Amino acid sequence: MTDIAAKAERPSIMTFVKANIRDYALLLSLAAIMVFFQITTKGILFTPLNMTNIILQNSYIVIMALGMLLIIVAGHIDLSVGFLSGFIGAIAGVLMVTNPLWPADLKMGTVPAVIICLSVGTAIGAFQGWFVARFRIPAFIVTLAGMLVYRGLMIAMLSGRNLGPFPESFQALSNGYVPDFLAFMAPQGINMFALVVGAIVTFLIIWSNWKARVLEQAHGMAEEPMELFYARNVLIAAAFLAFSWIMANHRGLPNVLITMFALVALFMFITTRTTFGRRVYAMGGNEKAARLSGLNTERITIAIFAIMGALSALAGLVYAARLNSAQPKAGAGLELDVIAACFIGGAAVTGGVGKITGVVIGAFIMGVMNNGMGIMGIGIDWQQVIKGAVLMLAVFLDVYFKNKP
Amino acid sequence: MGANQTAMQQHVQPILEMRDITKTFPGVKALTDVNLTVMPAEIHAVVGENGAGKSTLMKVLSGVYPSGTYDGAIHFEGQERHFRKISDSEDIGIIIIHQELALVPLLSIAENIFLGHETARNGVINWFEAFTRTRELLKKVGLEEHPNTLITNIGTGKQQLVEIAKALNKKVKLLILDEPTSSLNEKDSNALLELLKGFKAQGITSILITHKLNEVMKVADRITVIRDGKTIDTMDVHSGEVNEDRIIKAMVGRDLSERYPPRIPQIGDTLLEVKNWSVYHPQHADRQVIKGVNLKVRAGEVVGIAGLMGAGRTEFAMSLFGRAYGTKITGEVFMHGKPVDVSTIPRAKEAGLAYVTEDRKTFGLVLIDHIKHNVTLANLDGVSERGVVNDIREIGVASKYRKDLGIRSSSIYQATVNLSGGNQQKVVLSKWLFSEPEVLILDEPTRGIDVGAKYEIYGIINQLAAEGKAVIVISSEMPELLGISDRIYVMNEGKFVAEMPAREASQEKIMRAIMKSWGT
Repeated sequence: MTDIAAKAERPSIMTFVKANIRDYALLLSLAAIMVFFQITTKGILFTPLNMTNIILQNSYIVIMALGMLLIIVAGHIDLSVGFLSGFIGAIAGVLMVTNPLWPADLKMGTVPAVIICLSVGTAIGAFQGWFVARFRIPAFIVTLAGMLVYRGLMIAMLSGRNLGPFPESFQALSNGYVPDFLAFMAPQGINMFALVVGAIVTFLIIWSNWKARVLEQAHGMAEEPMELFYARNVLIAAAFLAFSWIMANHRGLPNVLITMFALVALFMFITTRTTFGRRVYAMGGNEKAARLSGLNTERITIAIFAIMGALSALAGLVYAARLNSAQPKAGAGLELDVIAACFIGGAAVTGGVGKITGVVIGAFIMGVMNNGMGIMGIGIDWQQVIKGAVLMLAVFLDVYFKNKP
Repeated sequence: MGANQTAMQQHVQPILEMRDITKTFPGVKALTDVNLTVMPAEIHAVVGENGAGKSTLMKVLSGVYPSGTYDGAIHFEGQERHFRKISDSEDIGIIIIHQELALVPLLSIAENIFLGHETARNGVINWFEAFTRTRELLKKVGLEEHPNTLITNIGTGKQQLVEIAKALNKKVKLLILDEPTSSLNEKDSNALLELLKGFKAQGITSILITHKLNEVMKVADRITVIRDGKTIDTMDVHSGEVNEDRIIKAMVGRDLSERYPPRIPQIGDTLLEVKNWSVYHPQHADRQVIKGVNLKVRAGEVVGIAGLMGAGRTEFAMSLFGRAYGTKITGEVFMHGKPVDVSTIPRAKEAGLAYVTEDRKTFGLVLIDHIKHNVTLANLDGVSERGVVNDIREIGVASKYRKDLGIRSSSIYQATVNLSGGNQQKVVLSKWLFSEPEVLILDEPTRGIDVGAKYEIYGIINQLAAEGKAVIVISSEMPELLGISDRIYVMNEGKFVAEMPAREASQEKIMRAIMKSWGT
């Protein structure tokens, strides 16, 4: 049977698309949703101001979804991320903002406060991971318990009130923009730095795709037809260049966009190129086989929860900086958007499957829908209904195509 | 009356006729004009290598692949039948018992037997009736278990019998057993085969799908051999012209004059020595599973460990390999005469050990992942620098093992779940060969794989020994152990009860050593 498969001729475009339907369907869905809202919002969606808003509103979802992917791929789940991020935001508030309720006024600087917050987040994540790994308590239970604890602690710390404003250097985490170093090169109103960075990133992506393809060809692997490869890369280039043009027409690149991009690149590298990433996937695919192959599954589990904790903390800081106050309702329900982004992006509940690109696209599908429906004036109630339906549809299509012979 | 009977026999109709069955999957022709004729009240064996199409044929018969998705005709009891779903075939008395048992572990025997056919009126179950009828059914299959016993608390052999009792409850006419004895010990296997003979006397027809030719010879009336999706031959066992060699020849399409490749052993110094190894059960910490085992393996030597199911062979091997099994483990391990630490799996690997599991799907492979990732999993450091995988080197390693071990696949990017048993086994072997061990422990290396692949695995074992590695083989197939080992340890009840050079060993000697040791 296998011999026949080996002899099969090179796949035509259609068979290749069918074999990789999940990846293409995801990208097309995002494109379709964007076009849909561009029309229904009468062109507001793609305005520079609104695109910037979408980035800012979604940054914390994307940041947490990166860690959540590792957790889901490993076969676990983390329900605590929303309130953990809120709790960390509260800690940031207490550390940096003058607080009448606390005996000592800490007035800490941005850098030490951020370091403390990230460390606390990492430690909390590792602690949760330790329960999961060492005592084999399901992550669902451990993080459900954590969710309640952090929520309570957050409200207790803030005594139910908002705490703000933050120092300007902290606000810059979310609301700041990279200064236009190249302003001398261009007319007023166009951010040259954003354009140049956009061009460089586009070039790097195309170049690495090309290199991967050359490597694949050298080893005679089953491959994407030439036409599709070109089409895909032209689309990627067009999307990135158009995006940087839009950003250049507003205030340039938000700091948080740079953070997000760096993290996405880092996690793509971790998941596809490192032994650590490989081990996470192997563990999620078959934990027993992974353990018997000599993988330290306990350490890996603790590590992924620690990473999740750090990312939740970062997201909490970005969130607090964006609102310019620590709020007792911060982070509520974020975990659902984060988990939904992973599953829309193609991660499997059973573990072992999922891609960073998928998750980022999944997060932006959720983000564009949130934003578009908001502009259209759809109430929060119906927004929830529609988002739920989209999540169900995405997972249904996934399962449907997987079971189809 | 005698004349009458002869006349009847001449006109006896086959109970089942599958005519010119052709089944195509996208790109693959799984069955080509397969014919199977089964007479009433016979035991009909269907044999063939893995991937030959036996399971596909049975899925066609039972309605898993509905009528219309294949070509050809099925006649049962003289009528043409079109099964659209499994219950269609079950309703007229065709019952299949799969290799993986379909019992719910945390329900009782009675609940399992009546699952889906509860003795209920208006949805309220009559437990008294279920209980009595379960008793009767269990008696028929020779089980004395209480009907309220949970499935999880009885052994695999008995679970198999419960499955059969369940089939009896459905008024079975044609019972199909897919590899029923693959996870049973010899005693349970024999009991099961006797049961089939008893059914035959009661007029129940059986189809037996199996790899074990000695069982076929023991119970089957006729044998159909399938190879590459085609019917090769149907033999009548009672004609007296059938023997194992003839069946094997039909199965593999070539003469296997030598079932074990020849080898000239070149044995060096002692490589691994284990002294006074003791292990306790992980859940019942007062139960000693391994009781003071001493073992020695020399470079270039193939050492077999023989024993019945439950003798403690797998437990011994896994506890030795980084305490992957058991608690309160004591004993000493030496490599090249020096004591080594094997207290965790990474340390055992470091010391030069490798353990190839008996259960490749559960403990051996990441099934959803492809060959390349599985091959390098136990030695990722060997294809990476500072935690970053070198893709080119990894492709090279995977391609090399795919070629060297003859892993038949479309590429190194084929998911291991889609490989046949023999090729899966080669992937697991590759993984451990790439970890570059000095001592390999192979646990049931040929379980559930076909004759041709077995021969290839034996060739690999010989190659390893020739390279100066020490190989320990655990196997329940005694001819195999006798065929490939230099020396054999016999294990029973957690102890080594005998040790003999393979030249002087025989199946009788091994069995005698086991029998003599019971209760000592």
